[in-house]
Amino acid sequence: MAGSDSTAPTALSPGRAAAPDTVKILIAGGFGVGKTTMVGAVSEIAPLRTEEPLTVAGLEVDDLKGIEEKRSTTVALDFGRITIGDDLVLYLFGTPGQQRFWFMWNDLAIGALGAVVLIDVRRPESSFAAIDFFERRGIPFVVAVNGFHGLHPYPTEEIKESLALPAHVPVLLCDARERDSCRDVLIALIDRLIEDVTLQPSPAH
Amino acid sequence: MSVPPSAPTAGEVSGGDEAGRLVRPFTLTGGRTRPSRADFTLITTVTAVDPPPERAARPQPEHTRILRLCARPLAVAELAAHLDLPVSVVVIMLCDLLEEGLITARPPRSVTGTPDLDLLEKVRDGLGRI
Repeated sequence: MAGSDSTAPTALSPGRAAAPDTVKILIAGGFGVGKTTMVGAVSEIAPLRTEEPLTVAGLEVDDLKGIEEKRSTTVALDFGRITIGDDLVLYLFGTPGQQRFWFMWNDLAIGALGAVVLIDVRRPESSFAAIDFFERRGIPFVVAVNGFHGLHPYPTEEIKESLALPAHVPVLLCDARERDSCRDVLIALIDRLIEDVTLQPSPAH
Repeated sequence: MSVPPSAPTAGEVSGGDEAGRLVRPFTLTGGRTRPSRADFTLITTVTAVDPPPERAARPQPEHTRILRLCARPLAVAELAAHLDLPVSVVVIMLCDLLEEGLITARPPRSVTGTPDLDLLEKVRDGLGRI
């Protein structure tokens, strides 16, 4: 099974680090729910930010008429990095929280392993749209409830029920400020992905 | 002094201008079609070719900055953040550099279809160590 991916770089000069494989996970949820905090908590680097002018990031816009009010708008993407090994790097991208920037999500979602939907327990409805987004596209995700000051007044079962989540979507309580807590959320997502693979009928054997 | 009565209006010019005055800005790219921007995703890894090919033209200052930053492999998103430039702008410059053979680009690990179990276990183990 392994070994089919044998496109190892060979043209690199000696002593030069080979470019690693890269994968990404999205950290989604409503505006101000703690996405960048979570990225920062697990990233090995301080979260980086890129800003894209809306007129460039959107469709090929020739004409600015009618969108003057958006001319100075930028879509900010915060992201972090976790080096898994010499040959594999995981990137975490915080998705833009405002709904009007959702066209960015489609691009971001392409090629993602999966997503974490962060929920602010005080206003869970701000993350409903994110849940819908991943459900509709069949992108695997876990829900992480970010407790205000780390407090969790509701048990996961209650939250799961109120969000009308399918049984196979894990719900975790977390503190987006804590490295270990965020790491456990990411591991839960990977565990779910592994489960998806191993539960599928395998044609290979 | 005054505009000749035969001067075309703006509407007529755009319809078909024999004087060829309407040169759209993007013709400045020289009609380049390859490499395409689609070659560069946010997590495509870019590495400067060292030593650079002899035929390469002297790079522009911004290009030199990019080459310095990706002396070691660096993702496109990281490059953009370090340069404090939009990804879309950085990608255009990366296209130039790739065309001149000054960089190599490694696409992200493909995860379409059934994810690779080995890959997932590797990520899981890696996360367990942080």
